Amino acid sequence: MSAQGSKFDFDIAVVGSGPAGLAAAALAASKGASVVLLDEQAEPGGQIYRAVTETPVRDRKVLGPDYWHGAELLGPLRDSGATHWPGTTVWSVARPREDAADGSRPIQIGLSRNGAASMLTVRHVILATGALERPFPIPGWTLPGVLGAGAAQVLLKTSGLVPSGATVMAGSGPLLWLLAWQYLQAGARIDAILDTTPRENWRAALPLLPGFLRSPYLGKGMKLMLDVRRKLTVIGNVTSLRAESGLAGGKGGEGVLKSVVYTRNGTEHRLPADTLLLHHGVIPNLNLANATGCAQRWDEQQRCWRPTTDEWGATSVEGVSLAGDGAGIGGARAAEEAGRLTALDALYRLGRIGREQRDQSAAPFRAALDRALTGRAFLDTLYTPAEAFRVPADDTIVCRCEEVTAGAVREAVRLGCSGPNQAKSFLRCGMGPCQGRLCGPTVTEVIAAERNVSPAEVGYYRLRPPVKPITLAELAALPKTDADIDAVFKH
Amino acid sequence: MFRRLPEIETASSTVAFTIDGRPASARAGDSVAAALLANGVTVCRNTPVSGAARGPYCMMGVCFDCLVTIDGTGNRQGCQVRVAPGMAVETQNGKREVER
Repeated sequence: MSAQGSKFDFDIAVVGSGPAGLAAAALAASKGASVVLLDEQAEPGGQIYRAVTETPVRDRKVLGPDYWHGAELLGPLRDSGATHWPGTTVWSVARPREDAADGSRPIQIGLSRNGAASMLTVRHVILATGALERPFPIPGWTLPGVLGAGAAQVLLKTSGLVPSGATVMAGSGPLLWLLAWQYLQAGARIDAILDTTPRENWRAALPLLPGFLRSPYLGKGMKLMLDVRRKLTVIGNVTSLRAESGLAGGKGGEGVLKSVVYTRNGTEHRLPADTLLLHHGVIPNLNLANATGCAQRWDEQQRCWRPTTDEWGATSVEGVSLAGDGAGIGGARAAEEAGRLTALDALYRLGRIGREQRDQSAAPFRAALDRALTGRAFLDTLYTPAEAFRVPADDTIVCRCEEVTAGAVREAVRLGCSGPNQAKSFLRCGMGPCQGRLCGPTVTEVIAAERNVSPAEVGYYRLRPPVKPITLAELAALPKTDADIDAVFKH
Repeated sequence: MFRRLPEIETASSTVAFTIDGRPASARAGDSVAAALLANGVTVCRNTPVSGAARGPYCMMGVCFDCLVTIDGTGNRQGCQVRVAPGMAVETQNGKREVER
């Protein structure tokens, strides 16, 4: 694994092989750096281009041209000479306590591959961990049969699976409309789309419309939405949602989804449903950056936490940079360009290119990034979920792992709990295997609302490695130095 | 409930495996979670906290709701493991058990 004569295994490690990671790894390696691309999935593409090398959905009109663009990123990666390690889970990124004898500052990556843990030493890390769906806590969202729309899209891309039986989609945001459109192309059944976009969001978003009119997404988005609205039942102004395991009046049997109850214009309605697909946009998947010690800030417009980065993706931790949606949501095309900018800056920091060369090479990527981000503010504002869905009622489970309700979090606040880390100690919320990915943003917002302060003031979970569960046996099998053994036995 | 698009059903190579001892089949390339859904199994496990039924939710490795026992090893993320010929998939009852 080690490069000859060097204690570094690679110059640069890229974590995640979505658009940002693919572009970053290909560019860095093509300029002569030794690069390893680490990714949890068996095939490159991330979630947006999931299974692009092997999807069974061969009819290209089903997934659409934006999806197939992902295939164009694979050739440059292959030609670049970057090493690709699929099926590899990164559970830690850290600086060792001491610098090396020659003063260089290595970064150690803890990873798990083929069931064995190992450490990798590199000079620079580019985190390209992408996005995950924003938590959508409603009563009953833990019932089998309720999935994220993004999850359903993964099932379509990887396995050609579509819902059968009564199917309801609910929420807002571009991905919800895209999935509905893809289902239409595939001939899948959708009984209704419950649109939760708050009416008042339009008022806030309208001043931002001029920017969106120049967006490359405008034409595609409008066509797709009109198509869906013409062919499917779309129910707007939905202000509350509930998933139930019983049908009207009856008791539920096995605790799986049977119906969806929604409120529109103050009146409750019920739809039978075997599958409910929820979506309220995506947020940065920041667990690894957070556990690495990267500073993060609350983004009021996107209503989520995002790691703090400069215009090259550099984080507050030296030698660790971040590219793509993991640093703030901008979409796949923006992620690709951000990946290239981050790679150029890493090459500059490693002394492989000069500052002038970095800046010159960056110009076209920066222009493309700006184009891709045009109109983003309009989408962010229009699709901000209503407060009722971000700050749910007392009976709603917010932490799926430990089954902690919003009411329990509020009770803890009344007892003096001021932020998510205290809530974790009080209630175990965020302490399960998902490590707060599915409850963190909600817990922040519930505490902020209850204390009547901003989410920025409330803060977020302080996460620690390992950011994915690994077994003790795997950890114990890691190679140990004499110093490691002394640290345990001499104290 | 999920179904396979018809053009895929006919074109694909199938993998034989078991769900709680019952014979089942999936498409080569399916994750275990996808294979369960394709076989009409929406409940993967019940929770160690309340015993409530859970099924796949995120399909990308972040929610840990699709935990199952695979070939005798508990707490495997069904959406992150590909189904393989002869694989024994078991729905999981509560916590991972000792030695499993």
